[in-house]
Amino acid sequence: MTLAPPRPGARVKVRGVIGEPAPREDAVPKVKGEFQYASDLWREGMLHGATLRSPYPFARIRKVDVSAAAKLPGVRAVLTQDDVPGKKTYGLMDRDDQPVLADGYVRFVGEPVAVVAADTIEQARAATKAIVLEYEVLEPTFDPIAAIQPSAAKLHPKGNVLERVRILHGDPAAKADVVVEGEYEFAMQDQAALGPEAGLAIPREDGGVTLHVATQWLHEDLDQLAPCLGLPESKVRIVLSGVGGAFGAREDTSIQIHACLLALKTRRAVRMTYGREESFFGHVHRHPARLFYAHGATKKGELVFVRATIVLDGGAYASSSSAVVANAGSFAAGPYRVPNAVVDCVGARTNNPPTGAMRGFGAVQSCFAYEAQMDKLAKACGLDAVEIRMRNGLVEGDAIITSQPLVGSAPIAEIVRRCASLPLPETAAHRDQSELPGGHANVTRGEGVVRGVGYAVGFKNVCYSNGFDDFATARVRLFADAEGPLARVHTAAAEVGQGINTVQLQIARTELGIERVELETADTNVGSAGSSSASRQTWMTGHAVLQACREVRQELVRRAEREGLTLDRTDLADLLDRPIEKTVTYRHQDTEKRRPDGQSRGHVAFMFAAHRAVVDVDVETGLVKVVQVATAQDVGKAINPLGVIGQIEGGIAQGVGLAVMEELIVEKGRIRNASFTDYLIPTILDMPPVIADVIEHPHPDGPYGAKGVGEAPTISSTAAVVAAIRAATNRDLERVPVRPDDIVFGTSSRSGWRIAPGDDPRRAVRG
Amino acid sequence: MPPTIDRRGAALRGPSAVDVALEVNGERVVVHVPPRRTLLDALREQLGLTGTKKVCDEGTCGACTVLVDGRPVYSCLTLAIACENRRVETIEGLAKDGELHPVQRAFVDTDAFQCGFCTPGQVMSIVALLRTVPQPTEDDVKRAVAGNLCRCGAYPNIVAAGVSAGRRKRT
Ligand code: FES
Ligand code: FES
Repeated sequence: MTLAPPRPGARVKVRGVIGEPAPREDAVPKVKGEFQYASDLWREGMLHGATLRSPYPFARIRKVDVSAAAKLPGVRAVLTQDDVPGKKTYGLMDRDDQPVLADGYVRFVGEPVAVVAADTIEQARAATKAIVLEYEVLEPTFDPIAAIQPSAAKLHPKGNVLERVRILHGDPAAKADVVVEGEYEFAMQDQAALGPEAGLAIPREDGGVTLHVATQWLHEDLDQLAPCLGLPESKVRIVLSGVGGAFGAREDTSIQIHACLLALKTRRAVRMTYGREESFFGHVHRHPARLFYAHGATKKGELVFVRATIVLDGGAYASSSSAVVANAGSFAAGPYRVPNAVVDCVGARTNNPPTGAMRGFGAVQSCFAYEAQMDKLAKACGLDAVEIRMRNGLVEGDAIITSQPLVGSAPIAEIVRRCASLPLPETAAHRDQSELPGGHANVTRGEGVVRGVGYAVGFKNVCYSNGFDDFATARVRLFADAEGPLARVHTAAAEVGQGINTVQLQIARTELGIERVELETADTNVGSAGSSSASRQTWMTGHAVLQACREVRQELVRRAEREGLTLDRTDLADLLDRPIEKTVTYRHQDTEKRRPDGQSRGHVAFMFAAHRAVVDVDVETGLVKVVQVATAQDVGKAINPLGVIGQIEGGIAQGVGLAVMEELIVEKGRIRNASFTDYLIPTILDMPPVIADVIEHPHPDGPYGAKGVGEAPTISSTAAVVAAIRAATNRDLERVPVRPDDIVFGTSSRSGWRIAPGDDPRRAVRG
Repeated sequence: MPPTIDRRGAALRGPSAVDVALEVNGERVVVHVPPRRTLLDALREQLGLTGTKKVCDEGTCGACTVLVDGRPVYSCLTLAIACENRRVETIEGLAKDGELHPVQRAFVDTDAFQCGFCTPGQVMSIVALLRTVPQPTEDDVKRAVAGNLCRCGAYPNIVAAGVSAGRRKRT
């Protein structure tokens, strides 16, 4: 170690580095109301866009007449499918799947048929009502299992099976001493981000367009958008606007293509903002599912086999169904050692609203079912919920049912044990009415209140899987101004509230050893960062920023050496007569494509969390109060401990919501509760206290050992709450969310289909 | 919820657009609004004060909370004309001389938000609370923001922010 007297310019302790609880980079503008969200965008003379949507779940369009609408005051453009200059379809994973505007058929209630731009939003809306449409109503299909039977009517030229994944692992005919079965139903959840879908499209002099939008993945939008506009990508720039929450709903495009089409047509700036009701019709939701399970174990409760058939309702268009199906299948047995497994998982096309990405992405649906099964098995074997999970939990080196061995930590037994040892809440005294389930709405004195405790464990992949070319680019520029060295970091990573901006700054400060680091606005002028999904940004963009900074530093070392200086003892500004700029694209290690038997090393890394929920259930009224949720989660390394806790608490809020209140009710294809009056999400009074034990076992491949964080809290918290309600009520509760009727009357929610777990659901039998 | 319509004004004016004088964040402004325009739309679309958020536009989320004569109201359920000559306070008016309001400071320090879309409404609800209950308990804070949804689930930190703001003095 060199001992040198401190001198001006020598490195002082840098604040805001990794591992420190760092306030959000955008905190001050956000609390001042200055942060510009997409729905706040405004430009002198801009037009307002509105969308006409299908009232039918399935119909042929016989006639469209926009002439009357086009003549209304203030109307500048009315566009239908004929006006799309380029590719007529788009789609997150299948570009030939979904029409930009209805192509002669409508396939769900809410499908965009035409778009209008007018001087005011009122005029634009009035014009959509003046468009004359004649529909020939067709027979819709709403039952996903019916939709995938060979005899079913085809709802789309590409057929009704969006994806099928079959996983065969070990002996498909394995026998076990103890077998438990169950059929589970998982209803439709909505991301319900508070910020509506919104953006501002501005035509450019060169015939191109600039779009400011709230999205999760700028370059994916670009890749879908440019062909539909008939423009080369060089003529389309997409800039991230302030994002009011995403949770998966902004992975698909919403206003993007429509706003740009209108802007290009009118040569005027066009803003589109969905209202709340339209937002519910205008974004994809979480896949509802039917899950048929059988678990076999030894008398001691060691798993012998898991057989599962899972049908996910993808709705009318593909969106990301293929990847959701792959996940639901891949994680269908849970984070347990399972020597033999048969899983058949199908995504069905129906005339329901399209479903796609939502936090947890396929892993949530399976987790609800396999954790219910683990509790049944525990009961059958005379074990408790903690014991059965510790006994079967994966450890490092074990393989999951796709034969992929686990690299890095897999501390299932540890997280279960640590979660179980967190302090329990006091027993309820219910001194105050507000402490009862239902609060003041509960008119009893709490005579029927029973407490229950439940456990669940979940896991999921971090980053994209199955051979996808997953990468992230970062550009780091270091230079000196009058105040000294300053670094600017430019990536296209979408800050959606999860905190990736702060993480990027922390990494740059750590690597460069300076405090003055700024972020450029995320846009498509830098390479893709991939999506803010799959809990991947800390890993992917984190790695890219880290490596770009290291390259900058290497250049500094070279410059210092040339001058005969030691970098650590030199004022950086002295080395920065010219700026240093490095651009790095990081790719995670290759993953394998899925083989026909579903076996492959398809994932990069996994995250794990355990949850324990404590609930008070009023068994007479069916009201539930979640009293506490305890969790232990392995995050690898908490780059921003403050952000990690926020993600854990926020994910649990959404998990609790799904367990007891959140359900988009779809009747005959139509969403019946498209408002916050009727689609309930947890308020502050519904939010239980959360006790979190954050475990840091570094992952060998993550930046500083970090794994993703954001999805794990959502995956098993729902299952834990439902387990707790079962414990309190002795009901089976095979459906989520749990409704008061389910608790009081034990309502059955069978599908009416007979499917042996593991069998192909395309050959299901009614009855 | 406090009353959202001031019948004195609304009954006499309209139906075409009229000039309405408001005091917004200490400044007198006149907006030309049809009588059915909400305070929220007048603030956002006519005065460019977009800090107040529109989420549901029907009184179920609290994102549009502003103070009228010191009381929190849902500005989406309040007509602009009903606020004639009344004192309207929005998120933009809280910071003074470059200093954050103690509630804003507390939100930053306790990480009481993620996406931040609900934040202006949460902050305004707690500002109103602190004027009547300067040292609120956790329960006081919860009740004050029970009508403010946060989909990011930052609730535990919002409670912490409200309690800690009560302990700070405005400098
Ligand atoms: S926008 Fe006013 S309460 Fe939701
Ligand atoms: S911080 Fe995102 S909704 Fe509250």
